[in-house]
Amino acid sequence: MNNFEYQQATTSVEAINLIENHDGSRFLAGGTNLIDLWKYNITNPTELIDINRIAELSEIRELENGGLRLGAGFKNADTAYHPVVEQKYPLLSKAILAGASAQIRNMASNGGNLLQRTRCYYFYDPEVPCNKRVPGSGCPAKEGYNRIHAILGASEHCIAVFPSDMCVALTALDAVVNVAGPEGNRSINFADFHRLPDDRPDLDNNLKPHELIVSIDLPEKGFAANYSYLKLRDRHSYAFALVSVATALELDGDTIKEARIALGGVAHKPWRSAEAEDFLRGKIANAESFALAADIILSGATGYGHNDFKIKLAKRAIVRNGLMALNPESQLPGAQPSA
Amino acid sequence: MQTEPQDHLFTKQNTCAVNLKVNGEDKKLFILPWVSLLDGLRDHLHLTGTKKGCDHGQCGACTVICDGKRILSCLTLAVMKNGSEITTVEGVAQGDNLHPIQQAFIDHDAFQCGYCTPGQICSAIGLIKEGKANSREEVKELMSGNLCRCGANVGIIDAIMQVKDGGSGE
Repeated sequence: MNNFEYQQATTSVEAINLIENHDGSRFLAGGTNLIDLWKYNITNPTELIDINRIAELSEIRELENGGLRLGAGFKNADTAYHPVVEQKYPLLSKAILAGASAQIRNMASNGGNLLQRTRCYYFYDPEVPCNKRVPGSGCPAKEGYNRIHAILGASEHCIAVFPSDMCVALTALDAVVNVAGPEGNRSINFADFHRLPDDRPDLDNNLKPHELIVSIDLPEKGFAANYSYLKLRDRHSYAFALVSVATALELDGDTIKEARIALGGVAHKPWRSAEAEDFLRGKIANAESFALAADIILSGATGYGHNDFKIKLAKRAIVRNGLMALNPESQLPGAQPSA
Repeated sequence: MQTEPQDHLFTKQNTCAVNLKVNGEDKKLFILPWVSLLDGLRDHLHLTGTKKGCDHGQCGACTVICDGKRILSCLTLAVMKNGSEITTVEGVAQGDNLHPIQQAFIDHDAFQCGYCTPGQICSAIGLIKEGKANSREEVKELMSGNLCRCGANVGIIDAIMQVKDGGSGE
């Protein structure tokens, strides 16, 4: 662990000025991942800029277009239990509550959730090579113990997965990330926020240097009638997903008008398939339709040995969660299988 | 990392003054920015009730209540909490009267070695205050951040259910 300096910012502009003027500085929000990475010597910030006192990051408010703005500094637990989120975006609420523990959700910020690093054990071990930690050093996971690793979108350089639950729901809901930076403000569609590893696995997302996440916007459509989040893991609670699925359906009787299916735990970013969602439009919402969609979603999947099981598991999870979405009130604490 | 109180070493220029109200008492700490709230409580304020288990946010032994919410003191820098109110296990009883959760832990044999117990108790108080656990299953789910390697979990859940159902969890 290295020593670092500490400063507090009270506005976004001040925070961006501070980070621009100090090499190796990082924003500090909840700290639940950053401080852990620092303790493991994975990240070595020279300065932490505490953004917890920036009032403009802590808001949550309804937008004129019918959507909802989630402040980047607003806490995960406060977001999940916010009455508008519970009523209008229950898929997001369930996904957040499936992640981490109650204490960590009380600490972790919404912006930080997007920026958490992979839990690949090779990434977390400074004694071994890792292209994400030390670009060009290699990826021991490919031939190593890769039970938790990617089956979709991986590259020869990295087979790590992105660990968030919240972001799987945000992907399904077509959220938008609003950022501020030295060159001004911009908005990034959620599908374009995180990236696949390709030959730059050190980059988890498409933020530019010194950009700060300010808020996350949810569109009006919340799919509150038919939704489900299913998380499959090695223990019932407080573990990262082997496979998770966020399903949101708009139905006309038994017929699917619109389907959104996002997977977690299978790729370097939450995974969606436009082809599968197009296929489901107009189909009857039943196990057969969801199984055919699952085949489309997993059509390019590749296992690396220990994680081969994830391909079949993901297909079954998509079917199970589709059925759960028909009966959302049956969902159990911890996003366990119910239907 | 400092393992013992060595306050005389903390005279470097980047020492931070941190004001905390801990268990109802105003405290001023002069610490370096990388000192965790956990180390601040244990090494600087000598409140060793809060335990260091994994020091990585995986076990919940370091759980304290900060401004009314249960958090992990190991993944929190003390400087982040300047001006906050902290309650540790030392502060939950009213004099000689145990907190209802403490009494319930005794009633239900909710510990063996006791190492996770301060974190379990602070977490349970936080859980009851949050008011989101309406069933035994939900209590289990919302206490999953506190591990008990002795396996006293059934007693722990029993204890929380007793206080929750009795409505005396505040």
